[in-house]
Amino acid sequence: MATETRRVLMDPLIHNNPIALQVLGICSALAVTTGMQTSVVMSAAVVAVIALSNLSVSLLRNMIPTNIRIIVQLTIIASLVIVTDQILKAYVYEISKQLSVFVGLIITNCIIMGRAEAFAMQNPPLKSLIDGIGNGMGYAAILLVVGAAREVFGAGTFWGIPVLPLASEGGWFTPNGLMSLSPGAFFVIGFLIWILRTFRPEQNEAE
Amino acid sequence: MLQDYLNIAVKAIFVENMALTFFLGMCSFLAVSKRVSTAIGLGLAVVFVLTVTVPLNHAINDYLLRPGALGWAHASLTGQDLSFLCFLTFIGTIAATVQIVEMALDRFFPTLHAALGVFLPLIAVNCAILGASLLMVERGLTLPEAAVFGFGSGVGWLLAIAALAGIRERLRYHHIPAGLRGLGITFLLTGLMAIGFLAFGGIQL
Repeated sequence: MATETRRVLMDPLIHNNPIALQVLGICSALAVTTGMQTSVVMSAAVVAVIALSNLSVSLLRNMIPTNIRIIVQLTIIASLVIVTDQILKAYVYEISKQLSVFVGLIITNCIIMGRAEAFAMQNPPLKSLIDGIGNGMGYAAILLVVGAAREVFGAGTFWGIPVLPLASEGGWFTPNGLMSLSPGAFFVIGFLIWILRTFRPEQNEAE
Repeated sequence: MLQDYLNIAVKAIFVENMALTFFLGMCSFLAVSKRVSTAIGLGLAVVFVLTVTVPLNHAINDYLLRPGALGWAHASLTGQDLSFLCFLTFIGTIAATVQIVEMALDRFFPTLHAALGVFLPLIAVNCAILGASLLMVERGLTLPEAAVFGFGSGVGWLLAIAALAGIRERLRYHHIPAGLRGLGITFLLTGLMAIGFLAFGGIQL
């Protein structure tokens, strides 16, 4: 059981990462990674929603009629996202303003629907909860790496604290403005996937 | 007046392209861009659904959800603020609209239905659709503006996915490093396209 739990939890981190391998939930991964703070808050929100949605779907799995399961899952997820959004607005208002519509878009994040449909509908609650946390962490891992890269190279700061001395303040580093704009996000994720697949050639796509 | 609408449309199509600037609808953007014909099919379906759902959600938000919106029903309801329900209602509206649109197309325009076919149901969970509705609320557009914004966003998305599919079709004849094949190179390509679209920044009619 222990190894099984471990596998369910750790597998999505690198071996079967939802973003890098399954190409799920890309939108928010790109949009909110302009800095570390937004990435961390977004990751926490997604981990919470995916874990709780997996748990609730799994608890209800024997009661949900097959024909309308998608709409039931969607309703569960949407309700959880509403709660998350209200909590973010209450406690980290500034960051929730920066995340703007992307908190709401957790609803259509395919990782969450995907796990509810593929895992929680067939597995007992505890295992589904762990699977949800595992997949949430896999998503968070990519988000944090991309967020760190974009903030350090785009603004010379990490968590809002300057780490690279800016040229405008007598240092040597000139911020790469492209990193803060949308193309930077595409490039960072593209190269990240390249690096991941170089070390794990079995993930390469045949074309 | 007309200029305002034109401005919103141009902004939604080029300057703030849904796919390339806001990263909306990325999952299907990457998954369905292997062939031009399917990409255009999905793109048209997105244009269609966006043009219908954004104004519809605007009406719902305006008459039911926003603070004080229920004042028309009863004077005692003017203080109500149901805007926290917008996620749930919007996604419900979108899912229902997609279903109705699909049935209507099947009944009245069978050829169009055959062309859009498999893509319509997928669209309910495309974040470009929900995203456009949420952006519309955030920007406080009026009803006609919302319709133009929905249409423009759809056209912008169609443009981006059609262009990407065109490039990926040509890419098949090239040697790409093994680790970059498929997803990796598509991200880099999209990044380059996004740089291209940055050139439209600041255009105002």
